[in-house]
Amino acid sequence: MTSLIHDLPARKARSTDTFVRGVLFIVSLISILTTIGIVFVLLQETLYFFSEVSLAQFFLDTRWTPLFVSRRFGIWPLVNGTLLVSFIALLVALPLGLLAAIFMSEYASPGVRGWLKPTLEILAGIPTVVYGYFALNFVTPWLQKIFPQTQIFNALSAGLVMGFMILPLVASLSEDAIASVPYSLREAAYSLGATRWETVTQVLIPAAFSGITAAFILAFSRAVGETMIVAIAAGQQPKLTLNVLESIETMTAYIVQVSLGDTPQQSLAFRTIFAVGMMLFLMTLIMNLLSYYIARRVREVYQ
Amino acid sequence: MSTANLFSENAEHLRRRHLKGALLAGLAFLAILLAIIVLVTLLIDVFVDGLPWLRPQLFTNFPSRFPEKAGLRSALQGSFWLMILTALMAIPVGIASAVYLEEYAPQTALTRWIEINISNLAGVPSIIYGLLGLGLFVRGLGLGRSLLAGALTMSLLILPIIIVASREALRAVPPSLREAAIALGATPWQVIRDHTLQYAMSGILTGIILAMSRAVGETAPLITIGALTYIAFDLRGPLDIFTVLPIQIFNWVSLPQKEFQRLAAAGIIVLLGFTLLMNALAIFLRNRLRQRW
Repeated sequence: MTSLIHDLPARKARSTDTFVRGVLFIVSLISILTTIGIVFVLLQETLYFFSEVSLAQFFLDTRWTPLFVSRRFGIWPLVNGTLLVSFIALLVALPLGLLAAIFMSEYASPGVRGWLKPTLEILAGIPTVVYGYFALNFVTPWLQKIFPQTQIFNALSAGLVMGFMILPLVASLSEDAIASVPYSLREAAYSLGATRWETVTQVLIPAAFSGITAAFILAFSRAVGETMIVAIAAGQQPKLTLNVLESIETMTAYIVQVSLGDTPQQSLAFRTIFAVGMMLFLMTLIMNLLSYYIARRVREVYQ
Repeated sequence: MSTANLFSENAEHLRRRHLKGALLAGLAFLAILLAIIVLVTLLIDVFVDGLPWLRPQLFTNFPSRFPEKAGLRSALQGSFWLMILTALMAIPVGIASAVYLEEYAPQTALTRWIEINISNLAGVPSIIYGLLGLGLFVRGLGLGRSLLAGALTMSLLILPIIIVASREALRAVPPSLREAAIALGATPWQVIRDHTLQYAMSGILTGIILAMSRAVGETAPLITIGALTYIAFDLRGPLDIFTVLPIQIFNWVSLPQKEFQRLAAAGIIVLLGFTLLMNALAIFLRNRLRQRW
């Protein structure tokens, strides 16, 4: 009898627990549904698109003019623009980000570090439309002073500014990777008489190599997917060029251009943004997964 | 003599090694200095351009073809309500998912799948979320280019950020606290509700603020779902068409007139005011949290 009285609240608590657990499980499936939704929407519209445009036209043509009277659907000019801007951004972000990470993890005193990290986080927290304004209204005029042939919209300005946008990401992930190298490795290097810098370049970076690689790949993926900087500062002219002072167009900027325009939503021209989106999604997906697996492998090594 | 030679050679060699080290350390410092200089330059540039245009009518007027008359009224309303709706949807779902994954989930293939999936979702370009919102909410659910469609899209976008941050906060709670509560006979849910969540709350809050600050500044996905730039009336409800602060700024930046560029800079000052304040708050909260542990 007494045990019954005692059990009642306990049993109620247990059934509440089971209920809550079930609800939380269902809610956590929303993230999977999001991915399924993305794949479904992109796939559906992309299949429509490819029922009218052949894969050969998409991958073998070298012109991208779906909005013109003479329509051409070669994706490479957009891919070229995307990669061109991304490489410029990575040329800025990778070396500077890695150096910043080394400085913060191995050289800065805790007090200095306490100031630098938030500063970098502010840099990371600035909306990309602001970076776009900065590229167009500050960086481009300077570039035009140095290289007079620079066009108002150009890949270089967007790429440089994008580099500083992703620098904090590279710095913070690389710093994590360097910090996760066991302290004993540093001590071993110092006890053999290595200078601080030799320890960094010959022990820490090789040991943190996978983590740093993962950071670099993620930065690349971020650059490929970045939209507003290129939509504002890089132009709307898809072309196969390596001239960084010319106006180009990236995949993301193209999607923005069509979204803002008055292209009818059911037209083939509008469907191109889903095909381009699919391409963008697959490119970033491969990079993200690669980065995830590399980063996870490292974590296992040192645990 | 040969020994002396060896010593001086060694000393010379050592000096060179240290010099090289100091040089490269200086380079590392310069790298970080350069990032800070860019940040400061950006802020100064925006303030110099925009400050004269930061006038009362910027906040009270609707957009206009005339830069002197144009304002952010509809954009501010849109951003405000978008934030509210997004927060209402994304925060509960985000925390719930984090609690499940961190406190309940068994180590099964499905759990690992959910985890890989979330980490990938965090890296999906924001414009892809816009395409998802266009297909799913604007067309599929027939919500049109409404505020609600925008908020749903934005919720999915910031969900991974909230989940990841909340999980980290939960993980930072020492297991001994959970074990003590379980030893006293609490059910897992009682442990979570009364103890784990309480301790993790400031960490979760930090993540939420950072996610919301991201949402305020996001532009691309809302352009894709078709948020408009020219709206000259007050927002009446969640099914109304809308615009937000960064879209209005983007619109002004794309106009050729110098005055609209300045106006865009003034809008950026307002936008940066929001995001920087939120970031500062998050950093402050996190630092206080670190001191307490």
